[in-house]
Formats: sequence, C-alpha cells, structure tokens
Amino acid sequence: MTRRIEWIHGWLLLTPALVLLFAFTHVPAVKTIIDSFFSTPRGARPATFVGTANYEFLLNDATFWRVLENNALYALVTIPVSIALAIAMALWVDGKLKGRGFVRMAYFAPTVLPLIATANIWMFFYTPGFGLIDQVRALFGGAQVNWLGDPQLVLGAVMVVAIWKEAGFFMIFYLAALQSIPPSLREAAAIEGASRWTFFRRVTFPLLMPTTLFVSINAVINAVRLVDHIFVMTEGGPDNHSSLLLYYIYETAFKFWDTAYASTLTVVVLAILSVLAIGQFHLIDRRVHYR
Amino acid sequence: MSILKKAGMLAGAAALGAMLSTSAQAVELQFFFPVAVGGKAAQTIEDLTNDYVKANPDVTIDAVYAGSYQDTITKTLTAVRGGTPPQLSVILSVDMFTLIEEDAIVAFEDVIEDGADQAWLDAFYPAFMDNSTTGGKTYGIPFQRSTPVLYWNKEAFAEAGLDPETPPANWEEQVEFGKKLTKRDADGNVTQWGVRIPSSGFPYWLFQGLTTQNDVILANDAGNETNFDDPKVIEALQYLVDLSTKHEVMQPGIIEWGATPKAFFEGQTAMMWTTTGNLTNVRENAPFDFGVGMLPAKVRPGAPTGGGNFYIFKDSTDAQQKASLDFIKWISAPEQAARWSIATGYVAPRPDAWETPAMKEYVEGFPQAKVARDQLEYAVAELATYQNQRITTILNDALEAAITGQKDPKTALDEAQAQADRILSAYR
Amino acid sequence: MTARSLSAGIGRSVDYDRLLNSLGAWALALIWFLPLIYALWTAFHPGEFATRFDPLAPLTLDNFARAWEAAPFARYFLNTVLLVTFILVGQFVLCTLAAYAFARYRFPGSSILFTLVLLQLLVMPDILIVENYATMRMLGLVDTIAAIGLPYIASGFGIFLLRQTFMTVPKELEEAARVEGAGPLGVMLKVYVPLAKPTYLAYGLVSVSHHWNNFLWPLIVTNSVETRPVTVGLSVFSAVDQGIDWSIITAATLMTSGPLLIAFLLFQRQFVQSFMRAGIK
Repeated sequence: MTRRIEWIHGWLLLTPALVLLFAFTHVPAVKTIIDSFFSTPRGARPATFVGTANYEFLLNDATFWRVLENNALYALVTIPVSIALAIAMALWVDGKLKGRGFVRMAYFAPTVLPLIATANIWMFFYTPGFGLIDQVRALFGGAQVNWLGDPQLVLGAVMVVAIWKEAGFFMIFYLAALQSIPPSLREAAAIEGASRWTFFRRVTFPLLMPTTLFVSINAVINAVRLVDHIFVMTEGGPDNHSSLLLYYIYETAFKFWDTAYASTLTVVVLAILSVLAIGQFHLIDRRVHYR
Repeated sequence: MSILKKAGMLAGAAALGAMLSTSAQAVELQFFFPVAVGGKAAQTIEDLTNDYVKANPDVTIDAVYAGSYQDTITKTLTAVRGGTPPQLSVILSVDMFTLIEEDAIVAFEDVIEDGADQAWLDAFYPAFMDNSTTGGKTYGIPFQRSTPVLYWNKEAFAEAGLDPETPPANWEEQVEFGKKLTKRDADGNVTQWGVRIPSSGFPYWLFQGLTTQNDVILANDAGNETNFDDPKVIEALQYLVDLSTKHEVMQPGIIEWGATPKAFFEGQTAMMWTTTGNLTNVRENAPFDFGVGMLPAKVRPGAPTGGGNFYIFKDSTDAQQKASLDFIKWISAPEQAARWSIATGYVAPRPDAWETPAMKEYVEGFPQAKVARDQLEYAVAELATYQNQRITTILNDALEAAITGQKDPKTALDEAQAQADRILSAYR
Repeated sequence: MTARSLSAGIGRSVDYDRLLNSLGAWALALIWFLPLIYALWTAFHPGEFATRFDPLAPLTLDNFARAWEAAPFARYFLNTVLLVTFILVGQFVLCTLAAYAFARYRFPGSSILFTLVLLQLLVMPDILIVENYATMRMLGLVDTIAAIGLPYIASGFGIFLLRQTFMTVPKELEEAARVEGAGPLGVMLKVYVPLAKPTYLAYGLVSVSHHWNNFLWPLIVTNSVETRPVTVGLSVFSAVDQGIDWSIITAATLMTSGPLLIAFLLFQRQFVQSFMRAGIK
C-alpha cells in the first residue's frame, strides 16, 4: 500500500465522524466565543458588537461568582468521593461476597434509573417532617431538618445525589480493570504474606491508575454536565446556593432569553475545561506511551 | 451561515405561502397550549376545540399540547424566530412583555371591529385584565387563570380550641392562630406547624399576596419600574421572615412548593397558602375536613392572580387573525368558560360564566370554589415586567436570601431593586 | 477462585477484615438501593401510604393505571427506544471507522485530529446547548429525534475507547487477513471488530444507559409528544401546579425504566464476563 493511498483511506474513514464532531462541538465552541462579544438580538433589534461588555457584566454578576464557587466545591467533593466509592464497590463486588449479584445490581441501579425521576424520590427523602430522613431521625428524637431549604445544607444534599448516581457507573470501569489483573499477581503476593491492604496499595491501586485517569475525566465532565437533579430538587435555590454553571447557562439562555450572556458563561466553562483538558492530556499521553 | 438562515426564512415564507393558498377554502389555525394541572385539562381543551370546529367547518384548528408553560413559551418563541409562529397560543399572562418585545403578538383592539367586541373585552374580571393590558391596549384574554387561597385543616383547628369554621382574617390572627396550632413533642421538636407559605421556585407569587395586603404594588403597568425597596414591601418580607424566626409558627428555611399539599394532608401544617388549582387535589386527598378562605388581610385583603392568557400572533393573515379572535370569543363565552373551570379548577374569568346553570350547580355542591372568585375583587396583577423571568429571579433570590437569613429584608430588597433598575432602565 | 486462594494463603487473620468488608458492602448496597425500594413501595401502594411505611398497607396497581392515563408514556417510551437505537448504531459505525483510522493509519494531521477528538471528552455538546440549539433551528431539525441524537454520534469517548482496543490487536492477525485477500474494511470487520466485542458491549451499555436517561438537551430541543423522550415526558408530567404526587411519579419511573433495569438484571453476568474476557486477552 502506498503512502498516498493510506492517507486517503485514513481521511475517508475519519470524515463522517469529523463532520459531526466539528458541526456540534468545535464550530459551536468557536461560535460561542464570537457570540459572547455581541448583544442578544431581540425582536426587530439585531445583535450588535458590544466588545467586552458581556464580560464586564459577568465580573459584576454576583450570581455567577456564587455559581462558580458552588460548582468548584461540587467538583472537589463529588469527584474524589465517587471515585473512592467506585473502587471500594469494585473491590467488593470482585471479591468473594454473599449476595454479590444483588450488591452489584444495587450499586449499578442508579446508572439505569433516570436522575430526573429519582431526584423526585430524593426530594421525598429530604423533605422536612415527613421525609424519610426526618422520619428516621424522629425515631432517635432528632428535630426536623430542612435539607434543601437551608443554604448551608443544600449543596451537600445535591452532592449526595450526584455521588449516588455516579459511583456505580464508575464501578463498572474499575471492575473491568480489576478483572484484567492477572491472578498470578495475587497468588504471588499471598505467598509472600502481603496483607490485602498492602496488596491493594502496592499492586492493585497502581495497576488501576490508567482507569482512575479515565474515570476522573468522566467525573470532571459529570461535575459540569449533570444538573438534572437541580431542575427537580431546588431550581438552584435557595438564593442560588445549589445552582451550578450549566444550570445557570440554561436559565440565562432559555428562561431569560439572553443568549449572548449565556454564550459568555459558556466561554468561561469552556476555558475552565480546556485548562483541565490540557492537564489531563499530559497524563493520558503518558498512559498511551506506557502501553 | 447567513445563506442557511436565509434558506430557513425562505422555507418559512414558502410554508406561509402554502397556508395562504389554502385559506381560500378554509382558515387553518395552529394553537399551542400548556397544561399546568394534572387530570383532564388537555382532554378538555381538545374537546372544546373539536366542538368549535364542528360548528365552524370553514376553520381547522391544530391544537398542540406543548407541555409546561415554560415549554410552551420556548416552543412559541422558537417558532416566531423561525418565521412560523402559531396563530394563537395560551401563554403565561406575565410573558406579555416578552412577547411584545419579540414583536410577536398583536393587540386585540387592532383585530376587533365593532362595539360588541369591545363589550366582550370589557366583560372579564378587571383583576385578570390587569395582566393583559399595557399602554391602553389589550394583548391577552384571560383563560386558565388562578389565584392563591388559604386552606385550613378544620380538625386541627378544633383540636387547638379554634373555631373550625373561621380562618384567620388578618396577619395578627394568622400568627395568633399559628401559635395555637403549632404542636411540639416532648423533645421540643415540632410535629405540626401553624402555617405554610411555600417559598421554593417562585416565592414572589405568594409574597405578592403579602405585599398586596400591605397595599403596595411591585411593578408599574408599563412593566419598566419595580418597587422592591418600598418600606411596605420590606415590611411584608419582614412579616414572612418573622413567621419562622420570631413567631416560630412556620418551618424555617425555604419551603418546597411541590411538597406543600402532601404536608397539609400529612398534618405537618394546619394551614397552607397555595393555588386554587389545588382545589380538586385537596378535595380528593385530604383525610380530614378542610376549609378554603381568602388570604388574611393587613391594610386590605389581597392576592395576585396567575396563570395563562390567549394571545394572537402577528405573523398571520387577516383571515387567520379574525378566525383566532372568533375562536377565543367562543371558548371564553360563559358556557365554555364554565365547562373549563369545572373540569380544571381554574377560575372562570367572567362574571357571566358564574351565572350559568352548570356553574351554579357546581358551586352549590362545592362552595369552596367560590372563594377564589370573591377574592378577585381584591386581586392585583401578577408581577410582570420587561425581561420578566430575569426580574422575578432577582426578586426570588432576594426573598430566598431573607427567608434563609443570609440577608436582612431591607438589604436583600434594596439590592434587588438596584439590580432590577440596571436591567429595566433600558426600557424607560 | 482467586479470592479463595488469597484467603487460604493469608490465613485466619483476615477473616475479621473480611467480615467488616462484607458489612460495608452490604450497608452501601442497601443505601444505594433505597430509592428503588421506595419507588417499589410507593408505586404499589395507595397514595396515603407514600409517606407511611405500614407493612399491612394494601397493594394496588392503581398508580400505574393513573400514570399510564395521565401521559402518553407508550409514545415517550417508543421515542426513547428510537433515540437510543439511532445513537448507538450511529456511534458504533462512526466511531469504529474513526478509531480504526487512528489506530492503524498514518496520515498527515492525525495527531492534531486525535487531539481534537480528545478535546470532545471535555468540551462536550451538553455544554454547547445555546449554539447547538441555534444550529438545529437553522437546519430545521428542532423537535426531531435526529436533533436529540446527532450531537452525540461522533463520540470522542467511543473513538478513544475503540482506538485503545484496536491498538492492542496484534499486527500479525491483520497481515494474515490481508494475505487471505481482505481489503482495509474487510480487515476491520473481520479482525478488529470481532476482537473488540467486549469493548463494544461495555461502551454500548454505557451509551444506552446514558442516553436513556439524558435530560437537558432533549428538554431544550423537543417540544411535542411525538419526539419527547421518557425523561422529558417524566419532567413535564411531574411539574404540575398541584405539587408532587409521589405515587404516580414512582409508578411512571418504574414503568419507563423497568425494561432497562430488567435487562441489566438478566444480562449482568454476561456483561461482567465480557469484561473478564477482555481482561484475560
């Protein structure tokens, strides 16, 4: 096969995917940046170039800063916790355990159930007074807690739902990785008398590293993308204490009809993700070469 | 890109042309409607539409159930911007300014012809028309309209030594009753609250009940000036905050709207403020005797209105606009309005609808249905401004900040007013 | 099997540790299962027991009947099935072709293009809702099932995953196939695709469960019964003025997610085995 033909074949194979990829990811990303320098067209008034006016508005937008802070905190908690839980789940389900099938299904169930529906159930759990959590607390003489109605508690409450939703999904990746670890390694470790914990720390965890990287990318994505439960449980309230960036973008674009400012907010999210992407590409690159 | 846009517009024009050519024989109307209450609402609208088409064979109506109010305005604005708007639609009354700003709708005065039509316009409850007119012109016709009322648990009232037939008449009584109704267990934990005014999602609506009672309006008729920092508004917010913090008769923090009826059924609260749209729900599910009353008064009784209006869209032919008007006139006529009200719990928007035999019979069997109508005398327009969703969000955030103790009422409302001014100054 | 040999080697001292682990695993499983238990409880009992857990509460199917009547769930369900199938087939075809190109072809710009593909792992269409909505409007695709699916078909995740798998396929197999006269596509279909079966299965599972439950983008781009997937249908149906009716919502949830849950229950062993096979090879 000549080189020229190889080029053409390569390009032909790529074309369909690239067309869609550019149409719905790269071009819109660039257009978003352009739109953020224009005003929102309304009725008869077309969009006009406004320079950095949208960005100036953003800097003075207290809601934006609040939402940014929420999302940072949300990511910092949900990512490590759901990954740690996913590893624990995978180890448990991979090992010898009574009722393993049920346990595995229980962990995975949240992935299969639509968050938009289960968020309603969580809302019942969190309802003060007659909600499940309060009913259980009442057995021990606990007072009512307004989980979703208290700005100090609400972000934590929605984080729990996100972790519940995600850990089982990540578990699947770890399960696959665990099962590709050669049994001979464990046997060798067992002969040397290594404890399970030592084995995990020295052998399993390092071998899971590529999976952890991969899962962490997914976790970062979900920390930005997964806002379904916000729609149902809090609508971002009280006073934006549970609002996340994507929810705020949705509100701005499809409730306030301010598409220019929504683009500006999107640019910020894209910038943050790009920085993360560059960092993670280095790690992925290493992994690829490693193989 | 612009070529594609043009192509889109051409396609729109072609579609419009196709509609024009068929309008020689029959007028085709597309009609978007939302459903915000469960049950038979969608079915009733479809039945009404079919009845109309049967009686008017020269008109065809494509009635499209567009989802929630939010879905409907989104779908409509998308269609307007794409050059293929519906001919008529039911949309929130507070979206009037948005629709005007998008240059999407026409005033009814520009479509009606004679004095009889004018008389028809004048026959709706003025409280509902407040949200339907601006600058002396009528843009919306009240259809699925509601208003908040007070529901109380008669058994809980009797247990607390209160007259089960008498709800609190004013703010002070609401607190006084609330204190008697709030029950605590041995640990001091509350098992039943006195009153519940939900504050999640759209707290401004019920809050507007309080401000109206304190005799202050939140925005002007032109929709370009708000009043959030008025001392009377601050006083109203202070009262709302005090219910939980000072008087301890209401659960602290944000109270979920969606869980409110259930909390009432479960005896978590002895009184609740919620929409008349809940009448049927409460009647079917409350395991105790309940009463429905007007919201308690302060300086005066008062409540906001809510719900959706009919709008006629600009980008239609004269024949289509005439046909739309005729359909709206028919569906809002007394018999149809009564049928709609009985099926859904919405408030029939015209006094003459309440005089129909069907309505009289309904009210006789279920006198609670009358409360909303009687309250209309004191009702005011729901908060509506230009950039409506953004302005109400600003107010909602301020209310939530005060209710959760993040800010005191004055600071929260002063800040909200400043933010609203910044946005609305462009419209003055 | 390996676990048994491990415990035999380490001896008695780990038993305590094992017990704690089992307890932890079970406790977590119960917490994780709780929402589903609640859904089952509420859906099969009359409304007044939605918040009261009385073991003697009567059973009923009424909630399912009411949910079924209240919204066109059959149609929503069909829309979701169509959507998920469309996305999955599209992803398999496009991602396989692209992954094969990246794994086995050398051509100018391949590393830049691969970087652009990887970029989509983070700059995903879900964030670009404003622009993608404008694009769909321009294409006249708003309120179609195609519009819900199109942005996801060229999946960076899928391309990446398949490329990684394809790269582990020994070149000798490819050469053997070429000797037998297979062209580039033939090699792909006969050698690479069969060897990547576990990856397809794993990716398919992920994709189906994701798009079955995706909400925000379909919410924005659909607005009629004919296109609305189950998630959007559920949200329209639960967001009414009268407040939340948990009985009917849980019934609707079970009705619409039941098939997926049962499928996972039935096939979970196969899923895990396919992962295992992938691992052993």
